[in-house]
Amino acid sequence: MTRTLLTGNGAAAWGARLAGVDYVPAFPITPQTEIIETLARWIEHGEMPGRTVTLESEHSMITAAGAAAASGVRVFTATSSQGLLYAMEMIYTVAGWRAPFVMVNVSRGLASPITLEPDHNDIMAARDSGFLQIHCASCQEVLDSVLIGYRLAEDHRVRLPVIINLDGFYLSFTREPVEIPDAQAVAGFLPPYEPESTRFCASAPVSQAVTVLGGSPYSYFRYESHLAALNALTVYDEAAEAFSAACGRQHAAVEGYRCDDADIVFVMLGSFASKAREAVDRLRDAGQAIGLVRPRLLRPFPAAHLQRLLAGKQGAAVIDQNLSMGMGGVLHSELSSALYGTPGAPSVLLSFIGGLGGRDITPEEFYEIAAVTRQAVKDGVTPPPRLLYSRDEDREIRKLQAIAHAERNELESGNE
Amino acid sequence: MNESRFKRMKDLPSTHLLGTGTPMCSGCGGLEALHQIYDILGSNTVFVNAAGCMTLLAVYPFTPFRGSWLYTAMASAPAGAQGIRDALDILIEQQRLAAAEDLQVVVLTGDGAAYGMGLSSTSGAMERDLDFIYICYDNEGYGNTGQQFSGATPHAARTATSTGPHGFAGYKKDLFSIWAAHKPAYLATVIGAEPLDLARKIEKAKQLKGPRMIIALAPCPTGWDYAPRDSADIGKLAVTTGVWPLKEYIDGQVVHTRIPKQRQPVEAYLERQGRFAHLFEPRRDEQLLQELQDSVDSYWADIDS
Ligand SMILES: Cc1ncc(C[n+]2csc(CCOP(=O)(O)OP(=O)(O)O)c2C)c(N)n1
Ligand code: SF4
Ligand SMILES: [Mg+2]
Repeated sequence: MTRTLLTGNGAAAWGARLAGVDYVPAFPITPQTEIIETLARWIEHGEMPGRTVTLESEHSMITAAGAAAASGVRVFTATSSQGLLYAMEMIYTVAGWRAPFVMVNVSRGLASPITLEPDHNDIMAARDSGFLQIHCASCQEVLDSVLIGYRLAEDHRVRLPVIINLDGFYLSFTREPVEIPDAQAVAGFLPPYEPESTRFCASAPVSQAVTVLGGSPYSYFRYESHLAALNALTVYDEAAEAFSAACGRQHAAVEGYRCDDADIVFVMLGSFASKAREAVDRLRDAGQAIGLVRPRLLRPFPAAHLQRLLAGKQGAAVIDQNLSMGMGGVLHSELSSALYGTPGAPSVLLSFIGGLGGRDITPEEFYEIAAVTRQAVKDGVTPPPRLLYSRDEDREIRKLQAIAHAERNELESGNE
Repeated sequence: MNESRFKRMKDLPSTHLLGTGTPMCSGCGGLEALHQIYDILGSNTVFVNAAGCMTLLAVYPFTPFRGSWLYTAMASAPAGAQGIRDALDILIEQQRLAAAEDLQVVVLTGDGAAYGMGLSSTSGAMERDLDFIYICYDNEGYGNTGQQFSGATPHAARTATSTGPHGFAGYKKDLFSIWAAHKPAYLATVIGAEPLDLARKIEKAKQLKGPRMIIALAPCPTGWDYAPRDSADIGKLAVTTGVWPLKEYIDGQVVHTRIPKQRQPVEAYLERQGRFAHLFEPRRDEQLLQELQDSVDSYWADIDS
């Protein structure tokens, strides 16, 4: 098999192409647009079958995606950031339809202030929707995860839509060597979509997504979705194993890197975890027993995998690339609840916020995080959450503000 | 329209397809129109619904429809129709579905969705020449939430959010013209109180392809404040006073299908409805009544000439 240089966006498009998607409802948004442009080009030039339609908003795009999946075709779509939020009513709605399809979200920070660069607040907003979530750290993973995503979504024990998440710029626009699996291997792994009763046709009329009256039927359907999402834990492990047999690559629900003999670990999602990985290697060189835990699956939450990987560790530092205002890092609080009271759980679980709006996390910051974590282990006291920001950055912002003030003062005095 | 198979009232379907026992109010003009429309469209349909009164037609685990149904959200039923239409086309093209299994995709929304929140998705669907039928039952307000004013509320009507002495200060939006500007395959206004006119138009729409848009004025006893038994009369008055022009747009032409010869005064329509009671009590609001009459007259002055 040969490797091709692909951006994360290109890899996502290849995943959809290899999955043989029938239908691609689309709407442009940076940094996702390359995905739908690529698919539109392939379809228009006859390089792949399928049909694409540009809707007038992401709200409509997700409605069309869910409705088509509920009609029995294989659907792919993609969005990012403001688009995901604009679609949010339908994100929840189509998950409730149990319409299986795959959507790629290219993570980008949310307004305000408006930015193009990545963090995870967009995808975290979809956390409780019923969509399953797989977070990627490389372009290869993006392609492979799209394929795994369809197997997961369409499994009759699951029947829920899946979001494949990749970070804007860091993956979306970065070229990496990617192995494009051959069609035969994919066909063995991913059978055609069998919609069963999830479809509309003349001879078997159905009513989908009808009103319920009262909390009892409402709870029934909500619980059904939750239980299906929990089933996805087992189905994911099966799918990952089948994928590894078909294509030769492992994509565990949670990736542990140099964890076995580590006494402290970093916990991170997405492509910024590659920076943590690099820091782990440097700290290992310096003789430290440290590792990295990277959940790929965020929904369903792989609690058992995490408990296993973290059992016996002295401490863990969760670095969240998101910020729940007035609370802190989402992954930190989720991991805390998964570990609380479990045997062998690390006694200290530290929280750091970093990488917002694409802000870098430097090697020195990782070393400092490791040092602070070791100190916390020693003291037996968890320090308060830390917002990563350097004195230099603060000085730079103040400088910009001072310049702006000076310019304004000058303008105003000139006007008099 | 002489090609229609509906020449007289007795040509109309005598058996009714839509089940009874729905939670709609008695005398619901929207349901009256839907009954007649469904009899003609038949059960090889999938209704794509937006939030509104009609959302309560299908309540788990029951439905009055013999065909299919998908509830979407308030803003995006036309996009739901797009997804289903495209999926059916794909399945038929790939021979995964027999052509006989095909369905007519029908959007069903209130005026609040059609005139306001869903206007963008409707515009998009027409722009893409989507092959679907859109039925807007226009009860001139957000009925399901208690009849607040919407973009379809007529001038001077009292609603839950226009309770002042002069009623609603705004004017009913001309959705017909907005939709016509998209040059859809077909566009018509109908009302349940004129079943023959309605049947001919739905029959015509059914035979065409592309966006086929129907606006049904839906007298609403609950929101308009009158006794349910008066619905048919009020519907007829809407036509005979000229308040609700029955017309269609096809091949770039607007044709009035029923031009009231001797238009009754608008008052005859207004005085039957509690939402206009402040125009008559405690004293007649001559100025506002004249304004309402003038606006109807000026509409027809253009048509008559
Ligand atoms: C996004 C959103 N906002 C508000 C609502 C609340 N809501 C439900 S039905 C409705 C009124 C819809 O009015 P219309 O389309 O005229 O239908 P009607 O209720 O009159 O049948 C509203 C505002 C909603 N369901 N969704
Ligand atoms: S409120 Fe009006 S439109 Fe809604 S069900 Fe009742 S009568 Fe019909
Ligand atoms: Mg209404």
